[in-house]
Amino acid sequence: MGNIGAKEVPTLLDAEGRRIDGRRLDELRPIQIRAGPLRQADGSAFVEWGANKVMAAVYGPREVHPRHLQQNTKAVIQCRYNMAAFSVDERKRPGIDRRSQEISKVIAEALDSVVFAEEFPRTSIDVYIEVLQANAGTRCAGLVAASVALADAGIPMADLLPAVAVGKVGGAIALDLKKEEDNFGEADLPMALVPQSGRLVLLQMEGHMTEPELAQALDLGVGGCRVIYEKMKAALRERYSVAPAAEEAAA
Amino acid sequence: MKPGPGTYRVGGKVYASQLGLLAPRPPLLQVVPLSGRYLPRAGDTVVGTVTDVQSTFWLLDIGAPRWAPLHMTGVPWKVDVGETEQYLRVGDAVVVRVENLDPTGRIGVSMQGEGLGKLEGGTIVRISPARVPRLVGRGGSMIETIVRHTSAEVAIGQNGRVWIGGSAEAIRRVADVLRMIEENGPRPGLTDRVERFLVASTPTGPAAEGVPVRGVLHDEAPPPGGAPDEEVGADSTGAPEDD
Repeated sequence: MGNIGAKEVPTLLDAEGRRIDGRRLDELRPIQIRAGPLRQADGSAFVEWGANKVMAAVYGPREVHPRHLQQNTKAVIQCRYNMAAFSVDERKRPGIDRRSQEISKVIAEALDSVVFAEEFPRTSIDVYIEVLQANAGTRCAGLVAASVALADAGIPMADLLPAVAVGKVGGAIALDLKKEEDNFGEADLPMALVPQSGRLVLLQMEGHMTEPELAQALDLGVGGCRVIYEKMKAALRERYSVAPAAEEAAA
Repeated sequence: MKPGPGTYRVGGKVYASQLGLLAPRPPLLQVVPLSGRYLPRAGDTVVGTVTDVQSTFWLLDIGAPRWAPLHMTGVPWKVDVGETEQYLRVGDAVVVRVENLDPTGRIGVSMQGEGLGKLEGGTIVRISPARVPRLVGRGGSMIETIVRHTSAEVAIGQNGRVWIGGSAEAIRRVADVLRMIEENGPRPGLTDRVERFLVASTPTGPAAEGVPVRGVLHDEAPPPGGAPDEEVGADSTGAPEDD
């Protein structure tokens, strides 16, 4: 977003290399993930990531609606990313806008690259992402929530999809930008990783950085994704663990 | 070992493709899913609701990835083309058997056979399909216990939909037990706990005696022209809001 319209640019990086909220350049904001909070959905997840609060619900595989989207060889993955009117300081005009359409599309495509959609031809897997509170990095938080919700729904897939944004603030490459850093920083680079294969299935960039900076940013982001990956797995384990004597389960 | 259900292989290594428990079954490595929609298997008896009526078949929601067509030749009545709606309407609850599955995911079901038919009255409660063996119990012990203590009529679908018929009180008690099973599925000694719960919650006094059974499994054809069923309190239109 560059510095367009910025009146007072806050100091994003102090002399000791600390960021606006006291983090170091390679530090993530605190993340909490809960799998399965919703009863009606086939799978769900709630992610609190810094000041972001994002709920994801997954339904399906189920009948495709609208019908004409049905595919004969695989399930279609339909995603709706939506920001609540109260999710930002100034009221956000409710409903689909260009930004949310784009995010819905890139998230659906990222998920499509890991889900084994051929196992459910002529069906739809519907993913709903609701941003309740936003503070930069909501597409990443949304994708993390959606991915955990898909696993919770028992959907077969290659791997979970951890995601994080890296950016450039105060001239330095920093992990997991918060709102002020996103607004007043020089660049923002959200990405999503398939940990099993090391592939990136979502990569967007806003702003400018040099080639060496980009390489550094990718490394930093992949490292961040791996940390988030462990938290995603832990959330699913917690959801499905039973107190003592879990043996007789499957029988 | 080779990749079995719930797994996939890349570069000589086998990974889980689904959230579940590792259950190696040599020579296969497989993952038994802990969640997910009901995946039909031929021979399963399932409880479903009618979602659409066409001139020669009905579409049923059995909780599977797709709706299952029930053809007019697969019911215990002689139905003429175009008369399907006189027998089953949208929202009606039925017990059917999964007959065949094709690779495109089409699910063929039939209503001809013992214990299959239209369900009248009662209500439908959903539990996880993974919990169904728990609800039946070893040799039917769990469900037998439940029925004995509540005098309710119960039809269990392999798809995790459970139809309960009987007095409102009986339905409520069975629904309570189902919730207990849903929440405590993986713990041992559940049948005993359920029995203790039912004994402890048995209503006493004359009011509890001789509860009328309202839900009936219909095998015979209803009078054509739309059966004027006596409407009973609990609805059978499926999809109940859980609490």
